[in-house]
Amino acid sequence: MMDKDQPDQSDINPPGMDQTRMGSAMTPSGGLQSKNLEPTVFWRLAEQIPKSLNWSLMAASLLLPLVLWWLVTAVKLIDPKFLPSPGAVFAAFINLWSTGELLKDTVASLWRVGVGFLIAAIFSIPIGVLMGSFASIRALLEPAFGLMRYMPAPAFIPLLIIYLGIDEAPKIALIVIGVFFFNALMTMDTVKFVPKDLIESTYMLGGNRWQTLLRVIFPYVLPGILDACRINLAAAWQLVIVAELIAANEGLGRRISYAGRFFKTDEIFVGLIVIGVIGMSFDLLFQYVIRVAFRWSSQHR
Amino acid sequence: MYIQINNLSKVFKTQQGSLLVLKDINMAIKQGEFVCAVGASGSGKSTLLRQIAGLDSPTTGEVRIDGMTVTGPGPDRGMVFQHYTLYPWMTVQQNAEFGLKLQGVPKAQRREKASYYLNVVGLAPFAKALPKELSGGMKQRVAIARALASEPKVLLMDEPFGALDVHTRESMHEFMLDLWQRTGITVFMITHDVEEAVFLSSRIYTLGSRPGTVRREMVIDLPERNSHVKRHSVFHDYRDELMDLMRQHGREGLFPMAA
Repeated sequence: MMDKDQPDQSDINPPGMDQTRMGSAMTPSGGLQSKNLEPTVFWRLAEQIPKSLNWSLMAASLLLPLVLWWLVTAVKLIDPKFLPSPGAVFAAFINLWSTGELLKDTVASLWRVGVGFLIAAIFSIPIGVLMGSFASIRALLEPAFGLMRYMPAPAFIPLLIIYLGIDEAPKIALIVIGVFFFNALMTMDTVKFVPKDLIESTYMLGGNRWQTLLRVIFPYVLPGILDACRINLAAAWQLVIVAELIAANEGLGRRISYAGRFFKTDEIFVGLIVIGVIGMSFDLLFQYVIRVAFRWSSQHR
Repeated sequence: MYIQINNLSKVFKTQQGSLLVLKDINMAIKQGEFVCAVGASGSGKSTLLRQIAGLDSPTTGEVRIDGMTVTGPGPDRGMVFQHYTLYPWMTVQQNAEFGLKLQGVPKAQRREKASYYLNVVGLAPFAKALPKELSGGMKQRVAIARALASEPKVLLMDEPFGALDVHTRESMHEFMLDLWQRTGITVFMITHDVEEAVFLSSRIYTLGSRPGTVRREMVIDLPERNSHVKRHSVFHDYRDELMDLMRQHGREGLFPMAA
């Protein structure tokens, strides 16, 4: 499965390597080849593989575990109470969906993560940019933020319940705590990479500090900021589930803990898979938006 | 004198102590001249340019432009860096307009002015392109247009063609010469490229290294200023003289004379 539009680079010797010292050998077809660097497709190092192979491997990544799972349950290797079959999980999914509970749980979790993440982002991004731009503000805030960032957000749950009760507030506060400090610090780091020349050019064109911050630094770091948000949204999504595992009336985490109490492993699996799929979708959506909206950025993934 | 540098010295404080980078620099550039400062690395030429630009301030001495002391950066001095420094999210047109936008010039006016200078540098058809779609030479021309759009008194250039390949560099030399002849703008450029300096300048200051000082002032008197000038032996004489001077300064830099 060779990619036609990309020459096979695997049998071109690395530059600067002396053929004879490498112990090259004549292949049967008469070409010269290094003994240490045999042609390969799968094991290309830091190079592209053919697109078709890429897609096949990605599909296998999802299908192989699925098939394995089905096989294990089909031969009844494990007690179905512990490991429900894919069919049982699917049936549970249909059931939960038809009663509307799954949708209710999903919406509840999404709402919490949305609100919590938005609050955290609205504050952490400008503060992060300021920290990255002004050494004074960085010195003032980085030590405190650094400390807070290493305190695991779930460890705050008991405090949050005491302060804010067991309704929505502590869950949202948890997400804010978990995201805010990390996001501010990551945003701060992106500002580090603004080229000094660019800033000085702006001064030479008559810009003042405020204009430079708003019209040059901020647009330049925006793709990096959104990428940080992508990473932190993943963390927020995890936190929401953890918060719900502990205290909630509905939500995907609540669904899992509830199902666990009644040994309904099939519903647990449904919860886990739905959580995973949603999280993955966020990630892909972010990646897409970043790629499309910031074509000018030289960063490729 | 349009650009006047008086007794300028610059000391940097490093972890190893004080580093004298520039010593007793005196230069005078008339309006409309094209002057180069040529020196090897370590001659402090970038530092010197930054003093004139106002991005840094001298330890002693001063820089005056059109009679006024330089105290900070500003659009009256157009600056072109070696690495283009175009804003990657803006189109060519937006880049060219940006200085004027910062200065509060209304939209219609700045569009007109930017378009005019994009025309001057020959990039009008690329107004809507993004910097990443341009070649190095084109990017540098946008940077020049952007600086010129603010109609500065002087154009300061920091090894502007250093990042380009030889062929692009040669066409940029011709471009620069043509631009200067058409606009009559005062240009101060630093470079280490000897031929470039002889081709473009009416006068050259050579800088020695460690610390950077003005060693020699050469007047470049060429019979014609165009792409054929390199046929004249006088061009090569100047070039050779400058090369020898650079070599000499370099040797002195390696073995600094006892103070």
